Amino acid sequence: MDRAIRRMWMSAACVFILLMGTLSYIQVFDADNLMDNQWNNRALYDNYGANRGPIVVDGVEIASSIPSNDEFNYQRVYSGSNAATARKYAGVTGYYSLNGATGIEQAMDSELAGTSDKQFYDRLVQMFSGHAARGASVELTLDSKLQELSADLLAGHKGAIVAMNPKTGEILAMATSTSYDPNALASHNNTSVLNEYAALEGDPQQPLMNRAIGGNTYAPGSTFKIIDTVAALESGKYNGQSTLDNPQNLLLPGTNTYLPNYVGGQCSTRTKATIEWALAQSCNTPFAQIAMDLGEDKIAQTAANFGYGQQLSVPLTVTPSVFPTGMDKSQLALASIGQYDVKTTPLQVAMMSSAIANKGVQMKPNLVRSVKTSNLSTIYEFSPEKLRTSTNPQVAEQVKNLMVNSVDNGIASRVKISGVKVAGKTGTAEIGTTGLNNSWFTGFAPADDPQIAIAVVYEGENVSAGAQLSTNAGKQLFEAVLNK
Amino acid sequence: MRCVANFSALTSWMTPTNPDGSPKVRSRRFVELILLIFAVGIGSFALYLIDPESAAAPGSVWMTGTVVLAGGSALIHAVLYFRARYADPFILPLVVALNGIGLAMIFRVDANLKDKVGNGQLFWTGCSMVLCAVILVFLKNHRVLRKITYTSLAASFVLLIMPLIPGLGVEINGARIWISLAGRTFQPGEVAKITLAIFFAGYLATHRDLILAAGKKFGPIRLPRLRDLAPVFVAWVISLGVLVFQKDLGSAILFFGLFMAMLYLATAKISWLLIGLLGVGSGAWLAYNHVDHVHARIYAWVHAFDPQVYNAPYGGSGQILQGVFGLAYGGLFGRGWGEGRTYLVPYANSDMIITSLGEELGLLGLGAILMMYLLLISRGFRAALGTRDAFGKLLSAGLCMVMVLQLFVVIGGVTRLIPLTGLTTPFMSAGGSSLLANWIIVALWLSISHSARAPHVVSTFDAPSGIDHVDDSYEPEGATSVLARITDSREGERNG
Repeated sequence: MDRAIRRMWMSAACVFILLMGTLSYIQVFDADNLMDNQWNNRALYDNYGANRGPIVVDGVEIASSIPSNDEFNYQRVYSGSNAATARKYAGVTGYYSLNGATGIEQAMDSELAGTSDKQFYDRLVQMFSGHAARGASVELTLDSKLQELSADLLAGHKGAIVAMNPKTGEILAMATSTSYDPNALASHNNTSVLNEYAALEGDPQQPLMNRAIGGNTYAPGSTFKIIDTVAALESGKYNGQSTLDNPQNLLLPGTNTYLPNYVGGQCSTRTKATIEWALAQSCNTPFAQIAMDLGEDKIAQTAANFGYGQQLSVPLTVTPSVFPTGMDKSQLALASIGQYDVKTTPLQVAMMSSAIANKGVQMKPNLVRSVKTSNLSTIYEFSPEKLRTSTNPQVAEQVKNLMVNSVDNGIASRVKISGVKVAGKTGTAEIGTTGLNNSWFTGFAPADDPQIAIAVVYEGENVSAGAQLSTNAGKQLFEAVLNK
Repeated sequence: MRCVANFSALTSWMTPTNPDGSPKVRSRRFVELILLIFAVGIGSFALYLIDPESAAAPGSVWMTGTVVLAGGSALIHAVLYFRARYADPFILPLVVALNGIGLAMIFRVDANLKDKVGNGQLFWTGCSMVLCAVILVFLKNHRVLRKITYTSLAASFVLLIMPLIPGLGVEINGARIWISLAGRTFQPGEVAKITLAIFFAGYLATHRDLILAAGKKFGPIRLPRLRDLAPVFVAWVISLGVLVFQKDLGSAILFFGLFMAMLYLATAKISWLLIGLLGVGSGAWLAYNHVDHVHARIYAWVHAFDPQVYNAPYGGSGQILQGVFGLAYGGLFGRGWGEGRTYLVPYANSDMIITSLGEELGLLGLGAILMMYLLLISRGFRAALGTRDAFGKLLSAGLCMVMVLQLFVVIGGVTRLIPLTGLTTPFMSAGGSSLLANWIIVALWLSISHSARAPHVVSTFDAPSGIDHVDDSYEPEGATSVLARITDSREGERNG
């Protein structure tokens, strides 16, 4: 019987070895796979309940994690749960919800969560102390005054404003309207998050879209004439005083369609115009002729020099702007005034003005000033970075003067600020046949020592109201920077 | 030669001997006391860590828990000192440690769920330890249990039928294995596994020689006589009955596995195991095809990751997958005590307590717990080897196999090695009847191990090795036991 008992013991030991084997398989070898399972909420609770680092603007936490008493240990709040303020930053912060993340929350996720490679030391400390270290804090380049002013200027309208420092590329404001309250999406109640998300997603005003950089790109309208002008001047065939025909309507080659001049300015008063005057009054027909003369390749190349068709991350992903290819002359004529299939983002327009302001050198736009771990060691510090040379300094200087003239003597005169030289260009892009327009303003100030370059767009306004809104916004933004 | 002589002198100095030269058997109560302090300390520390801030408050979980564990341990230790001085010193500390860890985990899950299961478990821990002590006081020798062989069989039947009596039995989560008495629920099956073990041990100790000797030889296999097969058939019917009427796959595996194991222990015949496996196979086939809930269980086991199965309101794979996710979350080192998300798993403090422990203590912690179980079972087998009577051997080893099978069914179930069935983890899962039953097993092991180790009138040294030392002073010796001795000695010679 003892032999049977010993054998029984051995079979019992085998059972234990078998059990240890399956446990090892589940807990070690297959663990990663199981953690990724769709029904495994543990990683989700860990991530969404993590003590994420804050997002900071001018020393104020516009996103932060506070302790909570549910299965998540921390609750993400935006602007201290102040919905009105949170909406002003929502385009930049994005949200961090059970439904996913956007904005800086997504782009800087590993730093905010504390899982980036540079936070290895923090994680090591955490492993031994047993306490989860807070993720790194991400300080933005935004200027809270400009950001909130931009949001206020857009309130009640659809549109976007981007302001940046043309010398460094720091983005000072990036506002989009309409906006949303990210606090509602950061709820730990999955049902309420899903309902809120569905409501925002279904809203025809598209509040979740960051109009400044993504999704819905705009026709740049007359702001594209700056690129035409650069192309013209670079070609050597033209200068600011070159005189061109200025017909009120230009029959587009090969079609029965006429391209009309802008009706808001004084274009109808002259049949011949210099480039300087045509830009100041935003007359279409001279620029259409320039474009047809220089050809698609030259215009396309110049557009690319300013960033069209280029991938960009600030670190939010920017939708590349598009200048179409393979156009016939009539299409090129329309494209040269920022219509047809030319598509751009407000950030791209601001980058164009920045390049002119910064002597033809385009700086890489950036939203992140610094990243600091919870023990205050800096793991990232912003330093200005040249993105590309858009044009030569001589052409930049000439275009700058033409843009100053546009404000001093042209249709952008509403932006005029006494005692300060301001460069600017308006734009009006028709939206199909609705009669409504996207109203643009872009420019920089002071012209000789630029502190700020901006792009403003109001969506779906009529011509005069839109022009008033966009130029007024430009003026207020310039004043906000210059008077501080 | 000199060298050898010196060596034996040396060993004789190391090993205390009686005046006649035989080795002196130590009681080892002191070793047990030291180990008990560690064991109570483990449970106490785990209880303390649940809520260190309020631990110092009078009547806190930490204080009452520690008092019950320490008090119960001291009581049993004292009883052993007077009544079973030579009992195995490792069994009690291992069980106290396991019980303490389980108790702490139940309180820890309570803290998350704002539940009060822990208080009940603490109460039953105290009761079980007292019961263990009482049994040790009154059960002078385990051999008296042989007298209740057939009473045990009757008791087993009654216990197993109780849940099926209308008004008394209640169905919980689809299994009809509970009875409700005075507002409390009990699982009579937990006690039935002991009474069945007693019956099998008593029956087989008496009849094994007949079973072995009689019957026609059929090629290399000696087939048992049909009438000797009757109890096998009875066990098979009991198991299937439990499966069909109580809808409890786990208990059915447990009871049938117990009988197969004891049959093998008694006869050492593989051929019998093959017959048993044939029974298991046919039973499984019948159950799979004709018992809906068994079919559903197996389907949910195979197709656990099917969304329809996962989301099924009843009998789906949601519970087991959440448990498996918890284990994966724990990984090698665990999330740390109190740092897991055990509340995501249904029955985190009872059927799924293993995954709760694995989540917070990791593979290493769970490995340590399994090691403790293996050690405990090894001590049970050691007692079986040491005791001199066939009944004691069968009972002790049989109860070991009950625990092994139960752990296999539970841990294999929660790790998807086999289909999940609702069994408790011995000493750990929340549940009074399970705790009481397993502490009764502890009392039996302690008692058997005492008789195994206690010095005897006939020194173990004088007896020829390989012989089953049947001590007949307490039981009438019939022809069967004589035959048994002869068979065993033959076997021993073959082995030697």
